[in-house]
This record gives sequence, C-alpha cells and structure tokens, in this order.
Amino acid sequence: MNPTDTSDPSYYHRVVDCQWACPAHTDVPEYIRLIAQGRYRDSYLLNRLSNVFPGVLGRVCDRPCEPACRRGRVEEKPVAICRLKRVAADLAGDIRPYLPVVPKQKNGKRIACIGAGCASLTVANDLLPLGYEVVIFEQFDKTGGLMRTNIPAFRLPETVLNDEIDMILEMGVDLRLGQRVDSIKALLDGSFDAVFVGTGAPRGKDLNLPGRNESERIHIGIEWLESVAFKHTQDIGSNVLIIGVGNTAMDCCRTSKRLGGSNVKVIARKPRGYFKASPWELEDAEEEQIEIVVNHSPKEFVVENERLIGMTFDQLNYDEDASGNLVSRVIGEKFLPCDDVILAIGQENSFEWIERDIGIEFDRWDVPIIDRQTYQSTYEGLFFGGDAAFGPENIIWAVEHGHQAAISIHNYCEGRDIKDRLPVGMNLASTKMSIHEWSFSNDFDPSQRREMRHVDLQKRFDELNIEVEMGFSSDQAAVEIERCLNCDIQTVFSEKLCIECDACIDVCPVQCLTITSNKEEDALRASLTIPAYDKEQLLFVSSDLPQTGRVMVKDENLCVHCSLCAERCPTGAWDMRKSTLLIPYALDEKDAWPRKAG
Amino acid sequence: MSFIKKPRIIHPESRPNSIGLSINDYEGAMSTLCAGCGHDSVSAGIMQAFFELDIAPHNVAKLSGIGCSSKTPTYFLRGAHGFNSVHGRMPSIATGANAANGELHYIGVSGDGDSLSIGLGQLCHAIRRNVNMLYVIENNGVYGLTKGQFSASADVGSTAKRGEANHLRPIDPILTAIDIGGSFVARGFSGDKDNLVPLIKAGIMHRGFALIDVISPCVTFNDHEGSTKSYLHTRQASHAAIYADYIPVRDEITAVLDKGANVVPLHDGGQVQFRQVDDKYDPTDRSKAAGYIRECQERSEIVTGLLYIDDDAPDLHMLSDTSETPLRDLEFKTLNPGAKALEEIQNAWS
Repeated sequence: MNPTDTSDPSYYHRVVDCQWACPAHTDVPEYIRLIAQGRYRDSYLLNRLSNVFPGVLGRVCDRPCEPACRRGRVEEKPVAICRLKRVAADLAGDIRPYLPVVPKQKNGKRIACIGAGCASLTVANDLLPLGYEVVIFEQFDKTGGLMRTNIPAFRLPETVLNDEIDMILEMGVDLRLGQRVDSIKALLDGSFDAVFVGTGAPRGKDLNLPGRNESERIHIGIEWLESVAFKHTQDIGSNVLIIGVGNTAMDCCRTSKRLGGSNVKVIARKPRGYFKASPWELEDAEEEQIEIVVNHSPKEFVVENERLIGMTFDQLNYDEDASGNLVSRVIGEKFLPCDDVILAIGQENSFEWIERDIGIEFDRWDVPIIDRQTYQSTYEGLFFGGDAAFGPENIIWAVEHGHQAAISIHNYCEGRDIKDRLPVGMNLASTKMSIHEWSFSNDFDPSQRREMRHVDLQKRFDELNIEVEMGFSSDQAAVEIERCLNCDIQTVFSEKLCIECDACIDVCPVQCLTITSNKEEDALRASLTIPAYDKEQLLFVSSDLPQTGRVMVKDENLCVHCSLCAERCPTGAWDMRKSTLLIPYALDEKDAWPRKAG
Repeated sequence: MSFIKKPRIIHPESRPNSIGLSINDYEGAMSTLCAGCGHDSVSAGIMQAFFELDIAPHNVAKLSGIGCSSKTPTYFLRGAHGFNSVHGRMPSIATGANAANGELHYIGVSGDGDSLSIGLGQLCHAIRRNVNMLYVIENNGVYGLTKGQFSASADVGSTAKRGEANHLRPIDPILTAIDIGGSFVARGFSGDKDNLVPLIKAGIMHRGFALIDVISPCVTFNDHEGSTKSYLHTRQASHAAIYADYIPVRDEITAVLDKGANVVPLHDGGQVQFRQVDDKYDPTDRSKAAGYIRECQERSEIVTGLLYIDDDAPDLHMLSDTSETPLRDLEFKTLNPGAKALEEIQNAWS
C-alpha cells in the first residue's frame, strides 16, 4: 500500500468516528473534555458552533454519533454522547455575551427564509453576523417548526427550545409569524437577494383503507402531535392503536398515554429488528407499558353506527428468500378494538405553493432538484435545506444543510461562484506535557455506560409536559466523561525516528500495531498482529522504515488512544497530537477573499 | 516506563488458545524498564510462546538473579511461580527447584552481567548438569543498572556511550555452552520476534538445558554508533545460519514441512524443524557448529538461530537417578523412610 497521507484532514477526521458520523461534524471529544474541566460554557459554545441547538439536540438528537463510537466496538455500549451534550447545555449559564456580534451597519442584502424551523434558524444564525437582513416567514404563531410541533414536551421542554430559538431571534431576525407563503413567485419578485426554503416535510402519509373517511377518530400522526402541541387536542379515547413503528409512532403512543389512553398499542408490519424507531425511544415507550404488536398489516377501519370500533389486520409470517429479504405470507386475520387510530407511517414534502412554471425543476418524485453541495435549486438564488431539501431526515442534518446553504447564499450575494468553497482544514498539536504526561486523560476507564435517570412511572403521567429524562447527575457525568477514548488525540508516527525495537507493538493493549513488509491492502490486512478485515476502518501505513525497509502498520479500528505506544517509544517516533478539524462556516468566508492561490 | 497500567481489553477478534486463555492472561505487571528496552520485547516473545504452547501460567516457574534482565519475570506470566534470587545464583535455585519438582516448566531470565561475570560458574555447572529449563540471557553488552559500564560480553573495539573502547576479549555464552556440553544452544535478537519466538518455544519443550543468548539492545547506554550490540549493528551484522520452528505434536507435521527441511524429534513428541540458510551447517555436530560460529565471529558476524541441539542428552534427573515424581506428590513414608532406613544407609558405609 502507499504510505498514508495524514496531512489530508479527512484521514484523522475518520479516526474520530463520532465526528465523522455527525452530519454537522460536532467536535465531540473536545466538548466532552471541556465538560470534564467544568468549562460548561465553552463546551456549549463549541457545540453551538456546529449544531446550533445543543440543549435541544442534547435531548432529542437522532445520535448518529453513538452507533459509530469506538467505545461501542471496544466493549458493548458507546459513550452517552448525547446525554453529555445535555450536561453542557444545562450548566452553560448565559452564553449570549459570547455569541458572534451582529454589526449595526448592515450589508444591504435581504434574505427570505420560509419556515421557522431548525434549517431556517441556522441560516439566520450564520448570516446575521455578516450583516444580512433576514426575514423568516412562519405559517404558525410560534417558531420552531417540527421541533415544537412534533416533539412532545415530555421529551423536550418548551423553555429549552424557546431559549435556543430566542438566542437567534435576538440577533435581529425580522420574524413574520402567522404568515403562510402561498406562492414562491411572489417572494422571487426581486425584493429579496436570496430565498431559502426550510419548510420541512409537513405532510403525514395517509392510509387509504376501507372505512378511512367514515370516522373523525382516525388521526394523522404529525398533525395530531401538532394539535396537541398547540393545545387544540387535550384528550384521547382509552383504547388507542398507533399504526407504524418509527420515532413519530413512539411520540404518538407516549403522548396518548398522557392524554387518557390507558390501553395503547403500537402496530408493526414487521418483526422486531426491522423497526424504524431508535432503540432508546423504543425502550422508553416500552418502559411506559406500551404494547408493540408485530407482524400485523392494516386491512380495514371498522366503523359501526358512525363510531370507530376497531381495525382488522392481516396477521403475517415472514420467510427469508435466497437473497436474505423478508417475504411476507398472510396466516390469518385479527380484529383489534379501539377508540382512536393514529397513523404514523411516514411523512412527505408538500410543495403545492411552488409554481411549476418559473424555472424550478422537479424530479420524478415531485421534489425540487437540489445540488447536494450548494443546496441551490435550479432557480438561481433559491436555496433549500432541512427536510424540504431531500425528504425527512432529522434535526442535525437540517442544521448542517442550513450551514452549507448559508455559505452558498453569502457567496451568491457577493457575486462569487457558490461552488468555490473553503476546504476543511486541520490543526495538529502535540499533547506532550512532560516525559509521561499528556494534556488529556489518557488512562482507560473500564466503567460501563451510565443509565439515564427517569422520573418515576407513577408521577410522569400527571402532566403532559413533565420531562421524563432527568439528565445525568454530576457523578454520572464524571464517569461517562472518562469513558470517552479521546479519539481526536492522534497517534502520529515519524518513520525517520523509528529503530524498530517493537516496544510499541508489545505494549499496545489492543494489538493494533504491526511492523511487516509492505503488501497490497488485502494481503497486508491479513498479515497484521490481529488481522483487520473491516475496510470501513482505516489502516495507517508508514513509508519504509530506515533500518529494515519494512513498514509500520496501524489498524485504527480499536485504538483506545491510551498513548502507551508513545510512552514506550525510546525515540519519540510516536507522538500523541490533537487533531482539530477546521470546518468553514459562512463567517469564515468573509475573511477568505480574495482567494489566495494554492 | 509508563505510569498507567496497560488497559485490559480483550480484542473481539483475538482467539483464545486451546486451554481457553487469551494472550492477556500471560501478561504481568507494567514494565519499569526504559522505553524501547530490548528486554521488554523478549518478555513479549516469552508471553507469546507460552500462549501458543497452551501452557497454563501456574505450570511455570520463572527465576532470575539481579539486573535489568532479572526484573523482567515480573512483567510476564502473572500467574506463574517465581523466585528472584541473589546476583548470579539463579542456576542453583533452578537446579534445586527442578530436583524437587520436575513437572514444572522452568524459565530462567538472566543478563550478561548476571550470567557471564558474577554467575559464570553457576551457569556453567547448570549447563553441565543439563538441568531441564529454558535459560534466556538478555545480552546487551553493558551494565545498564549501574549506568553503562562494559560487561563481559562487550566486543573488543566496541565503544561506550562516551567514546572509550573496550579492550578485553568477550565471553561468548554460545561457544561456552557448546564446549561444556550444552544440549540446546541458540542465539536470537529481540528485534526479530519471527525468529525468536520459535526458539523460545523449542527451548521450553526441549528436555534438558536450553540456552538462548538474545541480543537485546540497551537503548539508554548501548544503542549508539560505536556499539556492536545496537539495534542497527545487530541488524547489519547478523545472519541466520538456520531457521528453526517448533512443531507441537498435535499439529499435522507433514502439512507444515518446508521443502528441504531437516527435522529433529523432541521427547515430548513434537519436532524441531530446520531450514538451513548455509547448507554446510549441521546443528547436530558439536565441533563443526563450534567451528562455524568461531569463523563467523572472526569476521565480526553475529550468527543467529538454533545453533546446536542434542535432544538425547540425559538431563539432571536421569543423570542422578532422582525421582521423576515431584517430591510434593510422594507419600510421607516414601519421602521419609524413617530412622531405621537411615541407620541402614549409614551402616552401609561403616
């Protein structure tokens, strides 16, 4: 294999699995260390730089970082990254004085954002400090979009949401609540320099089965959650069926429980293991005694005397076909009685307010064609982000779309090529403090993942907005912090200094180092101290070593960043250096022009 | 050395050996030697050998004297028996332990100071008695613990860290052992585990005294340009006369035979397989082996590999006709036949 080019920021970035997996590339290990030092405010600000809503995401993020966490490969469970984020948010104090300053002198450009959800708010957050005037149009009387309407208050308290949204609004957003945009054409009349669409995927999917239109007690999940959030709906029958087993279904069933549903069942078409809901949301629902009925496919809504009395289902059995796909087979029919049905089978975009004759191209699913890098539609100066861009994802993706769209909008307004964007950079600095002392906690802590404390089952149903998760105690946080393996503190190797004494290889607790003759990748992977066949995990390969011409190979997969290789190296060929990813935001573009060559 | 303990993490891909132990079970305390010391590599080689031979640590006794090398038994096989003896006196302790219980695997770790100066006499007689043990000399040519004075294995002309040259002729443990009746004599290099680990395995399984002289550079005092026991010099000046591998009895022996390889059967049923680099070399001929090693030495070459083996030589127990059963397993009556029996013995000489 060719020697690894570690000067490419993406190499060390991929070693930091959590940061690599996070759509917004939040610097997880660093914010965890800041919590460890009691620097909650700094931790919050570092979080906010990339994910804008640390308090919200510290509770309800979809957590793509956690399944990626290296700790989950070294032992069973990953670091509770999301919960630690909440620790920083809960203890940050007032951070307003530390936010970017919004200039009094504006730059004369006006941007319209449609929808006051996380994507639009991120665009506003990034553009206001550059002097833009940002107008946000919102159909409801409240901001927050899906964060407010679809996430129940017992998971995300309103005060937390309001606080983080207000921080952005206070930067000087021109907010137009209750103003629904019914025609994009009207906005593109020249009164705005650019327009951003952050309207989400607001339409819940319906289920057109016999009886669907014969009762008022059949609800569409996200619309129902919305009416609960706005207090239009305050009760529900005692027997409730939830159709679908995604995260919206989990919110619907737990909300039903709090509005009077005593017998709440979630109906899944497929067996366990194929559910769309995040494991932790499923766990929380089952803790609240919600029954999950598997292998039932809806067939009919049964209405008698204009009253919904239940639903019939096909009972299914599944076989695996030759290629491992599930093939269903009907084995019977079942009637389940109920007073209400909530459909939580997905959501989709709704663009009936976008005229089709003004040059915005749509794809075959009737969704506008959006550039994956710039988030611009085929109409110049019209940008999309969040669920409106590529269909339903989650908050953290929407935030990242917002950041990228803000860069595009800024460059567009400056009359530059929006594809000419700042590259991601990297700093690499040694953490060596003295002969065996590092500026991070390098010792491995074998503690298990801490369990979240929950409000007692008896008490949590008293009111709709009692937050169930209580957050980590300081003791829990202290232990959980030490579980982080500091994957951003990289093992950096200098070939010229290596005398091939094997000290690092002998001391490595996970046997991830090998000195061997260089080969093609597959052969090399097979010849390691412990063979490494997972190609998702990178191999570091040095150039030829000075004494024997062999190469040093490191399998990054399980490295626990304990720094023993560097401590045992007699010549300092290994060093522990902190890699800091420099991710450009719209504000960085300001100082980066004119572009320097190279 | 390091100030944190080596984390105990079982790699999900690592396989236990046939007695269900992982390589982690063969570790010891954290080493306090200098970073990069060759001795730590030898310890790692010893752990790997015992792990691969499926020998449980509690069936091993590790013994040592005084010196950097003699600290190392603490750093491997935490669960083994151990004895840290007086300087240079480890061979006597090992001989006594072996006489009392021949069923354990004995491994002695010593250095060039412990074995070739203060303990040279002890070493020679343990070789002559063919005590059934593996004796590893971690040879770096200097007294590391006392800041790098030349030891008895330093080559003529080799320089110390500050530049002064050694004028005294070295004692070569390999030639000495071959000369006085050693039954298994080998040389390895701490920086080449591919060759060292098979030697250690064969040495453990050999019945009799197995001596392995391991060039194990001292990074602090003897890894500079004028040294003849540095990592670089050893790599440049050494060549393997012979590659040896130990093949345990349970393996399908025919499947791993190299073309042109010679085989010496061991008494445990396993085999040592040789691949000669130099086709004139015969590791079963004592005088030719000695002559070849001497020739190489005169050309300032370091020859490595299993240089001499005689698995038929009788060991301590056979020579002195002592009990093969460990004394702890003998009944009290057998072990102590009583005053009457003593009287009879004494009367036999009266």
